[in-house]
Amino acid sequence: MLLLASGATLCIAGNRRGRNVAGEFSGWRLFREGLTRNRGWTAHWRDPDPKDSYDVLIIGGGGHGLATAFYLAQEHGITNVAVLEKGYLGGGNIGRNTTIVRANYNMPGNSEFYSHSLKLWEGMEQALNFNTMMSQRGVLNLFHSDGQRDYAARRGNTMAGQGDDAVLLDRDGVRAMVPALDFDNGRFPIYGGLFHPRGGTARHDAVAWGYARGADSRGVDLIQNCEVTGIDIENGHVTGVQTSRGPIRARKVGIVVAGRSSQVAAMAGMRLPIESHVLQAFVTEGLKPCIDHVVTFGMGHFYISQSDKGGLVFGGDLDFYASYAARGNLPMAEHVVEAAMTLMPAIGKARVLRSWGGIMDMSPDGSPIIDKTPVEGLYLNCGWCYGGFKAVPGSGFSFAHLLATDRPHGPAARFRLDRFETGRGLMDEEGTGAQHNLH
Amino acid sequence: MRLTCPLCGERDRREFYYQGAAEALQRPDPQAPAQVWSDWVHLRDNPAGRTRDLWFHEAGCGAWLAVERDTVTHEIFSVERIDAG
Repeated sequence: MLLLASGATLCIAGNRRGRNVAGEFSGWRLFREGLTRNRGWTAHWRDPDPKDSYDVLIIGGGGHGLATAFYLAQEHGITNVAVLEKGYLGGGNIGRNTTIVRANYNMPGNSEFYSHSLKLWEGMEQALNFNTMMSQRGVLNLFHSDGQRDYAARRGNTMAGQGDDAVLLDRDGVRAMVPALDFDNGRFPIYGGLFHPRGGTARHDAVAWGYARGADSRGVDLIQNCEVTGIDIENGHVTGVQTSRGPIRARKVGIVVAGRSSQVAAMAGMRLPIESHVLQAFVTEGLKPCIDHVVTFGMGHFYISQSDKGGLVFGGDLDFYASYAARGNLPMAEHVVEAAMTLMPAIGKARVLRSWGGIMDMSPDGSPIIDKTPVEGLYLNCGWCYGGFKAVPGSGFSFAHLLATDRPHGPAARFRLDRFETGRGLMDEEGTGAQHNLH
Repeated sequence: MRLTCPLCGERDRREFYYQGAAEALQRPDPQAPAQVWSDWVHLRDNPAGRTRDLWFHEAGCGAWLAVERDTVTHEIFSVERIDAG
């Protein structure tokens, strides 16, 4: 009883300091809660009703939106902010991805952005006081020819030049790390791999929860079940939004709704260079540890890692037709499993537990957009294609910078909305051209 | 997903190449400003619901098809041949 009472006092004291309602996490706190039957834990964020007006409204309570809210408060001291979420926090793509974190891009623009994002990943658990289970187990990209080895070496040098890490492995080097692969496959024999040790995985839901808790504790209102139904614009300036919970006024509005960007932008009269596609992912039953890293098999558009629960998490390419159904079709499921069997025949013994799909904002050059819009006070963050998860902290940081200062943040300065029109600064990693159906 | 080609009948989705929105058929006037051309190439309505898009029967008769379908339910409403010229 005494312990409980002191716990409650601590929580109130914590609240007064503007910290979390639920208090700080620490080893001592875990120990104390364990002794008191875990009765001291409370909700990690409030559930407020929307106020009449805010300085900044963020449409979309996914990873990117919550990270934006957190960095607005943390980096810029802007706390009169609300995040408006149609469903529940983190219920979109942040809960539907394959949790891979990396900074192994080749093109100027992407390279420095993902490098910055990875640094934020590395400090995230301390910054949020939340266990996001960040696991820098390394990302290994396989190659299968001399030409691909040359390209891997070049990309590794780009990564090293950016200040990140890359190690070129030969066949034996790969074999020592991942022995279960088919090294002598007739079509795609493994010549080696480009290893990125600082890459890895993180617990996707925890990232959303950590940012939500961090934003809430700094005064941001997280408003769920609040669908934006209209964007109010007067004389070319945004003045607020209409929602299912009534109108809310704001000086600035940020759209961060990858998966539904075209619909929300249409409320402001905009058409976007975005086509929505479904990307599938799969997980097997839990197995003993057999894949210690994230392994990518580019020739099969296939990648795989093993979750902490033991499930093999893998996926492939888009279904390749515009879709908003959060489920895919069988042809791509078949293709992914074929690629899995080609790379790692032992996987045939595993049973697939479930598969699911997420809706990707596909941009013409495969790279994202963080920019102002033609409407004053309306900002846009979209186009993350199939790579949004690793971008969460960098995207939130850069979008918060843009919202707070009206200037693009350095590492994201090339994510311009007008780059398709001008042709300047396209970031076409695959070298296929800035065309919708090629990425 | 299966598409019913007007020439070949009902076929597996894998026989078809997906081009994208049928907006591509509304080609701007050659003298139109660059902005109009850029919008035509890059911007999309991208509807969540009923849409019309272009498919090529690559592993079949080689016809270009306009397909009316629902992007949320994957229901197919109609498949029409696009006449050349």
